[in-house]
Amino acid sequence: MGLLDPFRKGLEKTRKLLGAGFVRLSAAMGRFDEEWLQELEDSFIAADAGMTATLRLTDAVRSAIRRTGDVSRTAVARVLADEMRAILGPPAPLALEKGRPTILLLVGVNGTGKTTTTGKLAARYRTDGFRVVIGAADTFRAAAIEQLEIWAQRADTPLIASHTGADPAAVVFDTLQAARARKADLVLLDTAGRLHNKQHLMDELAKIRRVIQREAPDARCDTLLVIDATTGQNAVSQARQFHEAVRVDGLVLTKLDGNAKGGVALAVAVETGLPIRLAGLGERLEDLVDFDPDAFIQSLLPEA
Amino acid sequence: MPLFEGLSGKLQEIAARMRGKVRVSEQDIRDMMREIRLALLEADVNYQVARRFVEEASARCLGSDVLEGLNPGQQVVKIVHDTLVDTLRRQSGKLQVSPSGFTTYLLVGLQGSGKTTTAAKLALYLRKKGKKPMLASVDVHRPAAARQLEVLAKQVDIPCLVDPDEKDAAALARRVSERARYLLHDTLIVDTAGRMTVDADLMEELRRISAVLKPTETLLVVDAMIGQESVAIATAFQEQVGIDGTIMTKLDGDARGGAALSIGSVTGRPLKLICTGEKLPDMEEFHPDRMASRILGMGDILSLIEKAQEALDEKKALETFDRMRQNRFTLQDMLDQFVEMKKMGPLDKVLDMLPGMGKKPVDASQVDPRAIDRSLAILRSMTRRERMEPSLLNASRRKRIASGSGTTVQEVNRLVRQYEEASAMMKRFASLSKGKRKGAGFPGLPF
Repeated sequence: MGLLDPFRKGLEKTRKLLGAGFVRLSAAMGRFDEEWLQELEDSFIAADAGMTATLRLTDAVRSAIRRTGDVSRTAVARVLADEMRAILGPPAPLALEKGRPTILLLVGVNGTGKTTTTGKLAARYRTDGFRVVIGAADTFRAAAIEQLEIWAQRADTPLIASHTGADPAAVVFDTLQAARARKADLVLLDTAGRLHNKQHLMDELAKIRRVIQREAPDARCDTLLVIDATTGQNAVSQARQFHEAVRVDGLVLTKLDGNAKGGVALAVAVETGLPIRLAGLGERLEDLVDFDPDAFIQSLLPEA
Repeated sequence: MPLFEGLSGKLQEIAARMRGKVRVSEQDIRDMMREIRLALLEADVNYQVARRFVEEASARCLGSDVLEGLNPGQQVVKIVHDTLVDTLRRQSGKLQVSPSGFTTYLLVGLQGSGKTTTAAKLALYLRKKGKKPMLASVDVHRPAAARQLEVLAKQVDIPCLVDPDEKDAAALARRVSERARYLLHDTLIVDTAGRMTVDADLMEELRRISAVLKPTETLLVVDAMIGQESVAIATAFQEQVGIDGTIMTKLDGDARGGAALSIGSVTGRPLKLICTGEKLPDMEEFHPDRMASRILGMGDILSLIEKAQEALDEKKALETFDRMRQNRFTLQDMLDQFVEMKKMGPLDKVLDMLPGMGKKPVDASQVDPRAIDRSLAILRSMTRRERMEPSLLNASRRKRIASGSGTTVQEVNRLVRQYEEASAMMKRFASLSKGKRKGAGFPGLPF
């Protein structure tokens, strides 16, 4: 249970929202009917799961009931859990290998927590004994470099930075040079927040990708898209368009604690099929954890 | 945005079924309202707010008579749109100024909503209106947050007060307020710390800051991309700190901004300003009709309705096309068009405003704002005769134009090619409109 604990705690609100409603409703009615399904639909929508995932879940329940006639709470919970598992796919942690140079490029729209995630990743892999180098490729936002400096200090990691307004691809180039000189296992690249419908900014990312490809052809390079879990259905559009521009290898769902209802994980997974690798459950360094679909589902459904 | 296209498609299907009917049945309205509700939910309107809204719109539909020139399906969409515009208009308002002569705006919101950038934008916006604003940050938590405000303030040359060593936000608030008055500013904009969640500590700190500052208005800053949680967040700030209005940020993205409707509905507080770009001057007042179209995501259907209402004179349209064809489209026309476009403002925003563009967000986004400037430079480096007679443009002329405009021959060639394509398209357009089109409407639009 140890691994599930941060999830259960982090998703307390989501659980209250879905789980409590679930228990209350089924207890009051004793059985599941159309009206109840409507309420179930509402609670998934209220959790930002989006229409596609919501309808898939409620349809699964409806057809299961028709097939088996079992309207008990545990049966319905099992159907929901299975369907959510099918949507989210198997666990897909980052799984970095020491000694094999890896580059993680963090991208996303403004304000999702890219810089914070970069800092937390640095601390996490530094603790695991990796040689980490951070590159401050966010040269747009005022004081972004200072923010990253504080994180780099906390994680005791070298930071390669230029000045605000510099070419981010040049910073990436410098960072890769420095990483080679220091024989780093892991390079973390923090990029500027950008709205996915701005083509020239997406082109800039593609250029960064090309520089990496050219300078470190043998390294593993993963692009991580950082999504704020309080985002609504726009998250789907973000995932699609970033994926189109730079090929996204995995998602980081930040701010999944407290306010966020987290259902957006289902929305993005069902629409794009991209794996969710990490979840941000709080502001402390250790609050960035591997995303575990089962734990996530269990936190949504009691006794699933 | 396939979802939205799917929705429009479904609505059109229902509308087509209703074509020819004089009265819309209750079942028809229920079918359409289901689609409208889905549209609102996909736009992140809170599900309860969406339900209430749909009920109101349905009631309006049932009591209405069929309008001339509209089929019943179009009419339902029109009523929904009008209801939404009315609702949003009720929920809009202007910034209030303190009668004392010293106005304080307190910005609150979650982390990452864009408070700091919004603070600088607001200062610039108010200075343009003739105010003498001062900025201050009382964020004593986030690394480099105060520094970010300082940098932004410097960019627009507005004085900014920060103190990275002060750990007590309320004490800092008292100091900045006194200082701003002492320096004879008439407006103080205070940026506060954001948190990932609405927590008790944050609210307590904000209450203390608010008690010290006694702000003229407390403004909640929300991200246009926010999901269903918008209601809970707005309610929390409303109940625990009290808000007077909302500023919505990041509307230059493709988020449909349903939270604008939700927050207004649950707090009863107006949406005052919106941020429409990353640059500091990108702040404007909120237009209910534009927001309504954005939330519904039906720019194309709505524009059709407008056209139907105007009872578009087909003959007039044909005349325009004919004129276009006869007059020949020259490079001079292209130059004139570019100049007109520049006047309307940044191109990506102009495109956003055009109905029908919502369907092809990629087209709109692929326009490099600087491309127009380069094209203008090339066109202006041509002689007037060259613009009127593009066939004159031989290799040596193109070389001269390239060096005159600071571009390359390739770019000149590209522009000429663009012109040729446009001019061919115009011809096709004109002959098409002359020939087949019998029904109402423009080519290329649904219905």
